[in-house]
Amino acid sequence: MNKKSGLLKVLGAIVLLAVGVVIGKSLFSNKVPASVPIPSTMKYRSVGQTKDTSQAANKELFSGKIIAVKDGASIQKAVDEAVPGDLVQVYPGTYHETVFIDKDNISFQGIIINDEWPTLDGNKKLNDAFLYSGNGISIENFKIQNYKGNGIMGQAGNNFTIRHNWIIDTGVYGIFPQYGKNGLVEHNILTKIADAAIYIGMCDNVDVKYNEVYGNVAGIEIENSRHCLVEGNYTHDNTGGILAFLTPGLPIKTVYDVIIRNNFVINNNHENFAAPGSIVAGVPVGTGILVMAADDVIIENNFITDNDNSGITIVDLPTGAPTANDPNSEPNPDRLIILDNIMINNGNNPVGEIKALMLSQFKTKGPDILAMGGGVGNTIRDKNRYRTYGLGDYGPAPITDTKDITTMTFDEPVAPRSVSEHELGELTYYGICAGCHAYQNRLIGVPMQVIQGIYHDNPQGIVDYITNPKNLRENYPDMPKQDYLSDEAKMAVAKYILDMKQ
Amino acid sequence: MTKKSILVKFSATGLLVFCAMFLFRKGETTYPYQNIQALNSNCPPGFKLNDKNECISQNLYKQYSSSNDPGVGGLKTALPEVREGFSPQEIDLGRYLFFDPVLSGTGTISCATCHNPKKGFSDGLATSTGANNHKLKRAAPTLWNVAYDKLFLWDGGAHSLEEQMRMPLFSEYEMANTPENLLNTINSIENYRDLFAEAFTHRDPTKEITLDEIFTSLVAFESSLVSLNSKYDQYAHGYHQALNQQEIEGLNIFRSFVARCAECHTPPLFTNQQIAVIGVPEPDGLPLDPGAQVPYRDSTMRGGFKVPSLRNITKTAPYMHSGTFATLREAVEFYNDGRGHAVPKGEHLRIHWHIWEPDLSDYEMDRIVDFLKTLTDESFMPKIPEEVPSGLKPTVSI
Repeated sequence: MNKKSGLLKVLGAIVLLAVGVVIGKSLFSNKVPASVPIPSTMKYRSVGQTKDTSQAANKELFSGKIIAVKDGASIQKAVDEAVPGDLVQVYPGTYHETVFIDKDNISFQGIIINDEWPTLDGNKKLNDAFLYSGNGISIENFKIQNYKGNGIMGQAGNNFTIRHNWIIDTGVYGIFPQYGKNGLVEHNILTKIADAAIYIGMCDNVDVKYNEVYGNVAGIEIENSRHCLVEGNYTHDNTGGILAFLTPGLPIKTVYDVIIRNNFVINNNHENFAAPGSIVAGVPVGTGILVMAADDVIIENNFITDNDNSGITIVDLPTGAPTANDPNSEPNPDRLIILDNIMINNGNNPVGEIKALMLSQFKTKGPDILAMGGGVGNTIRDKNRYRTYGLGDYGPAPITDTKDITTMTFDEPVAPRSVSEHELGELTYYGICAGCHAYQNRLIGVPMQVIQGIYHDNPQGIVDYITNPKNLRENYPDMPKQDYLSDEAKMAVAKYILDMKQ
Repeated sequence: MTKKSILVKFSATGLLVFCAMFLFRKGETTYPYQNIQALNSNCPPGFKLNDKNECISQNLYKQYSSSNDPGVGGLKTALPEVREGFSPQEIDLGRYLFFDPVLSGTGTISCATCHNPKKGFSDGLATSTGANNHKLKRAAPTLWNVAYDKLFLWDGGAHSLEEQMRMPLFSEYEMANTPENLLNTINSIENYRDLFAEAFTHRDPTKEITLDEIFTSLVAFESSLVSLNSKYDQYAHGYHQALNQQEIEGLNIFRSFVARCAECHTPPLFTNQQIAVIGVPEPDGLPLDPGAQVPYRDSTMRGGFKVPSLRNITKTAPYMHSGTFATLREAVEFYNDGRGHAVPKGEHLRIHWHIWEPDLSDYEMDRIVDFLKTLTDESFMPKIPEEVPSGLKPTVSI
């Protein structure tokens, strides 16, 4: 009996303990999100203590609701639900999807718990992980792997922030904003990308800072873009480390005002595994920094070491690009400035053209700096420090440093073009309604004069009608629904119609 | 309302009616032999008349901007700079000229013969047929949205519509006319003399019609052919229900960097207006068309052609510069079949870097076609005139 009750007591204690653990777990497990960082678009750096203006792109404060996405759910569903200002927080788990964002001002924040990342995995079947066209898109804290096209691709979105992402083998590019203005790409790690890991294409005012890129064909590529700062990146073990390219045949024809400074450009000797025919397929193994036909590039204070072909290579288009000519692309690199850089142990195993060139000089080692082809106004601060080739006409640099330039991004987000209600009404009327309606006479639909008579002082009546038209007249065809217009455009056009004089 | 005010209103209306009748009568006496209506004084849809009697384009894309102003980018990107500011009369006169076969040397071919509004302003042929049934080497490109183009002809050999239209008008194989004969013909038609005097008010109405005036009128009409209200446009402006699930999948494949369609067929016009060498095979038996190599005198551009817009693409089969592909599906498949797979032996073309082996599935290619079908909009279709000033029958198609 005693023994039995003792046993019961022990059992009871164990059961109680177990219950306690379960209750405790369920109570305290909810605490995990307490460690979740504050929404990304809020400033969480100590603003003002450093000259670093990384947060410049983020002045648009998070203003909406938080939509949580947990393992097993769909990020795209959250996007469909989101409105400008919202934050999508994604919890650890594996998400097999392409997330496309055709809306403005949506932020995405991965929640990393115990080193478990929210992971987008394309299984080498999906094309892109993130695809955005909206302005003010922010993407951070995601692990992205096994896509065929891109990790993160933007088409025309301004004011973008892409940071703290870990991107592995996402096909052609890792991070690829295109046609964007005012953006920040920082603190990302990218590897195994078959073209450029970070590719700034036809953009303006972009900072690329503090990223680690390794094991890619190209580490960082600034192409047909203006006002870019490439700073503090660790680019190692790629085929080429940092590229500033003018590619012919693109609709935007210039690249200028690019600062490449304080980067580590080390041991970029990876075999070139780019797709045949791509522009970077021509980048020689062992390329540190490569400037092709870009203007006003400043190269300052970089560690450029152990790149087997050449530390810095500067070429014009006929030398560098295997593409069709473009009569509208100026083919020479002009007004390049090379300031002081630490360059050691480059050119140990030159290949192709540079190897042949060096052999013609009775040398077996590639140069620290090599220039081939045209270009005017190029300068270097201290030519004697380096082993150079083709820099005969490089004069002394007109500046000593770029310390006054802390960022290429803007203090405020680039404002979208705004139109007044009257303008929106006018654009909608002539852009759409005028296909069937005129003011005085009948085209297909009723003259606007008649509409004015019916809806005098009642724009909402017009809005209701065009949203869901009913055919009220004989001998008139059905009017198609105009429900696709935004509420704003519908009201604007209704008011415009009522105000028309001719 | 007082009796007085009613009286005032009635008399004002009466006066207006009287004036209108007077004007109308005056019009009749000035043009006694005119057998077609005088020119339209309203702008076509998509345009607003300003106080200088110019038609200014209006559409929802004017809400947006485009950095560096090339008019390429994403969904909410402004269009490229537009040709606009023509008067309603110039546009309407251009419409008559466009459909009038009197513009050709043979009197049988109008612009609309190859640019038929019912066939997407193309002609449905692999390559067009010119004067005396001459089989031409290239397909007739659409004219929708040419107001936004900067480069003309398949080989990019013309930089304005005025420059472009000299080619078909004065080519012996196409419209087979000469500048002298065209001027003589048009000036000999009284209707045209009256209409040109009405459209070009700043000159002496008794003076001869000039080539520039003919070109201006045709450009004015062509620039009025605007197509920006497709299902895709509704989606782009923010109404995401406009496209169904499969069409959205198609959009995403279209703009992904695997298929790369949008890299050259860039929204909002679905062309980046560049020359690209893509290595399309010619139809059976035809030799390689050197394309841009000829006008640019540059062998690196051999086989290069202007990237065409894809708007209203469903209307303009067959596809490519010489109509090699009968369907959109075949055209899409071409890009999936590998870089340079159809380049003739012995040719070393500098194929564009975006042409690669994207390895798209059949499902993905079908979705791209679904998406391409959402780019159709002909809501601003102009009216084909019932009669043209020459008295010939308006010619549309052959």
